[in-house]
Amino acid sequence: MSPWARFRADFAASRLALFGLIVLTLILVVALIAPWIAPQNPYDLGKLDLMDARLPPGSAAMDGGLVYRLGTDGQGRDMVSAILYGLRVSLLVGAASGLIAMVIGGGLGIVAAYLGGRFEQVLMRIVDIQLGFPAILVALILIATLGKGVDKVIIALITVQWAYYARTARSAALSERNKEYMDAARGLGLGRASIVLRHLLPNALPPLIVVGTVQIAHAIALEATLSFLGLGLPTTEPSLGLLISNGYEFMLSGKYWISVYPGIALLLTILSINLVGDQLRDVLNPRLAK
Amino acid sequence: MNTAAVPLKAPASMPHQESPAHSPPAKAAPLLEVREVSRRFVKRLDLIERLAARLGADLHEQTVHAVDRVSFTVQAGEVVGLVGESGCGKSTLGRVIAGLHPPSDGEVLLEGRPIQLRAGQRPVVQMIFQDPFASLNPRMRVGDAIAQAPLAHGLIERGESEAYVARMLQQVGLAPEMARRYPHQFSGGQRARIGIARALAVQPRFLVCDEAVAALDVSIQAQVINLLMDLRRELGLTLLFISHDLGVIRHVCDRVVVMYLGRVVESGPIESLYNTPQHPYTQALLAEVPRLDRRGQRYQPIRGEIPSPLAPPTGCHFHPRCPQASARCSSEVPFLRDLPGAGVRAACHLLEPSA
Amino acid sequence: MSAPLLQVQGLVTEFGTRDGAVRAVNGVSFDLAEGEVLGLVGESGSGKSVTGFSILGLIDPPGRIAAGSIRFEGRELVGAPPEALRRLRGHRIAMIFQDPMMTLNPVLRVDTQMVEAILAHERIPRAQALERCAEALHRVGIASPGERLAQYPHQFSGGMRQRVAIAIALLNRPSLIIADEPTTALDVTVQGQILYEMQQLVRDAGTALIWITHDLAVVAGLAERIAVMYAGRVVEQGSVDAVLDAPLHPYTRGLLDSVPANNPPGIALRQIPGMTPALAQLPPGCAFAPRCSQAAADCSREPAVQRIGAREVRCIRPLQVTAPAAHSSGEARP
Repeated sequence: MSPWARFRADFAASRLALFGLIVLTLILVVALIAPWIAPQNPYDLGKLDLMDARLPPGSAAMDGGLVYRLGTDGQGRDMVSAILYGLRVSLLVGAASGLIAMVIGGGLGIVAAYLGGRFEQVLMRIVDIQLGFPAILVALILIATLGKGVDKVIIALITVQWAYYARTARSAALSERNKEYMDAARGLGLGRASIVLRHLLPNALPPLIVVGTVQIAHAIALEATLSFLGLGLPTTEPSLGLLISNGYEFMLSGKYWISVYPGIALLLTILSINLVGDQLRDVLNPRLAK
Repeated sequence: MNTAAVPLKAPASMPHQESPAHSPPAKAAPLLEVREVSRRFVKRLDLIERLAARLGADLHEQTVHAVDRVSFTVQAGEVVGLVGESGCGKSTLGRVIAGLHPPSDGEVLLEGRPIQLRAGQRPVVQMIFQDPFASLNPRMRVGDAIAQAPLAHGLIERGESEAYVARMLQQVGLAPEMARRYPHQFSGGQRARIGIARALAVQPRFLVCDEAVAALDVSIQAQVINLLMDLRRELGLTLLFISHDLGVIRHVCDRVVVMYLGRVVESGPIESLYNTPQHPYTQALLAEVPRLDRRGQRYQPIRGEIPSPLAPPTGCHFHPRCPQASARCSSEVPFLRDLPGAGVRAACHLLEPSA
Repeated sequence: MSAPLLQVQGLVTEFGTRDGAVRAVNGVSFDLAEGEVLGLVGESGSGKSVTGFSILGLIDPPGRIAAGSIRFEGRELVGAPPEALRRLRGHRIAMIFQDPMMTLNPVLRVDTQMVEAILAHERIPRAQALERCAEALHRVGIASPGERLAQYPHQFSGGMRQRVAIAIALLNRPSLIIADEPTTALDVTVQGQILYEMQQLVRDAGTALIWITHDLAVVAGLAERIAVMYAGRVVEQGSVDAVLDAPLHPYTRGLLDSVPANNPPGIALRQIPGMTPALAQLPPGCAFAPRCSQAAADCSREPAVQRIGAREVRCIRPLQVTAPAAHSSGEARP
């Protein structure tokens, strides 16, 4: 069996992880095709009707058009559409920041492990210092400095996350670097770049991928927190966090659906990513032990 | 299979059981020369420790003399064995010869030129590693692993690589279709063969086998040893065979070098070493090896333990455990001297002709 | 003749894998008399270590003892309640592992661990236990036992640690010690020392010993009887001299022939062709048949155990007992 076939078989051994994978795939697909399946475009202020605001789930629009399956929010937005579009933003921000942070942090960590010496020591101290600060604090400071906007939030999240990747990548690369096949590669007279890219990187990658999936979930949660606090994303592109925040004021008056449904969507997203990440870790680790 | 009948490409032929009178070849220039090679590992103090030392703490840099002024030569076509126990430095020396570590002192010359391993340059010495699991990249197909270096160094063109890999695999007794597989799909013995194929693919002049068969089962060991011996004959290879297994060494090697705690204590042709060992350590080693024909063996162990390489004994490293040690042995380091008898050298004060 | 100390009959130990149950031990039977030294010899995958673990009841799920009987001092161990097995372990039967760090806890002092091993089975005052510990360390050749007791495992060298492990095994004066490759990872000189001490100890205390190894030479010097295992079965058993000088099973013959010491130097070693079979894919009948030079059609049926004098062999066509080959007696090698 090729490693890929074995990997698939090992992954599928956990029903829970398979469930997580299915849910995650659904969420991704839905988020991708949101513009086509959403009943309305929630950002088009022209289409919103204030008369439809705060309608409970299942009510019809005042003009008899749409049925708001999950109700409407304070501005008359259809919750279903808002959630679908909110998913897009949350996933985009989480995935983008996660991937970029993985490339930057992971790359630095692997190179640090390979080069050793001063570079490694300095880098790891920076990583240690950064990880000493709570992520939310760093994010808040950055947003406060940079201002609001999707790109600024992504930058803040990258800055918060790269250190985790760097540390994980470095320790994985370090344990690989001491293995005999690395000596063999060096003994064969291969170039340094070739050794790092074809020998070190593929073997240091698995723990990085595991950290990556869980970190993306963290990033999404972090962004939701920022948005909830009113920082980060602008109201024109609400993420799930912002939706939850907007609906918060209505909770006590019984209009739960404005916060709760986006909350459930957020929960499902993070949960499914974590389930997949957990199983990935279990599947990839025993192989590392070989 | 009488090997003496097969002409070797190299000038020297192996002395073996049938011709004990065959003396070592007259002074053709050696293929490999190890000259006063030392390799030290220094554990430096980091910032905090240096501060502490300045404030009076008992912290020193620790130096391990893994290899201490070792010299020997290897003629083309020979198999020289390197024998010793933990801490003797044989693996470190093997790595220095393969270019993986630079020597702290001395030099290693191949055909008169210092061996230098440089990234991007075709190596002249290759190493075959002990652990058949760890020495192959688990995420690389074995065909790619074999072809990567020859391609990188221009030994073959991209179009030829498949055929070249097929030839390399067949040479070590594996089917060419196996090139597409990953290391974990092979057994230990097969992986050992792949390691050999990978090393031979860059057409090295000299091979260092670092405990290459130690991790294999006895029946597989026999197969791989036979393979190495066949390849040596067909390709005219010269080998340095590092092992702790005296039985294997006796079978494959022409000459053997015995090391103890970083130094050479004895060297010479294989049969004279096994039949008439000169150095007390060699004698004790041979006496202690369990042998199939010794039943109800009464073990006569050497007293004491191998000292830590961090704190080696003064003078002759072996003196604390030597049954014949004298006062001189604890203060003066014995040098490797030629002894009467073809090619035998030993480092022991007791063996010197009386002054 | 008194009853044997240990009687293993038809032991089957299985491990559940994704592809079904794999029999690591597939019908192993042997006896061990009091004070006897048995060498259990085989290569990787032969099931020798699993046999040792099975005797001690150390097989955890997904493994289990599927069939067979293990009678120790007259008591049946298979299916015995865990508490009964726990009382036996470390007390009547002790085990020594290849890696001494499987016995020694790196964060506890040696005296703590040794005393714990005693007190788990006997209620004696701590001071008395400590004395026994010091005496045990002395018996295994550790100098200044009083000081050494207060140290941690990392302060010992590999050989010393193994000696401590042996000392712990001996603490409660067991009647059987199972040693699983204890000297494989050690240097020749250290191995020599430990073998020397094991010989003494076994002789003085009359302890029976099962020495599990792949190294025939060690067994030759130490054991009285040998059992050779292949793919989960015992293919041959008998006295050391009989098995090593005149093997009956083709595998034993092949193994002995492939040892470098049994081959003239410079000439190709006689080798057993092929590889050890994967336990999950054993051929029907004799597991060694694919590699055997005298295999025939009837080898696809399970060979029964044949008794030839005091020896046993599991082969339809055991090799003729010929005169011992010249190279294997003591004369050829000085």
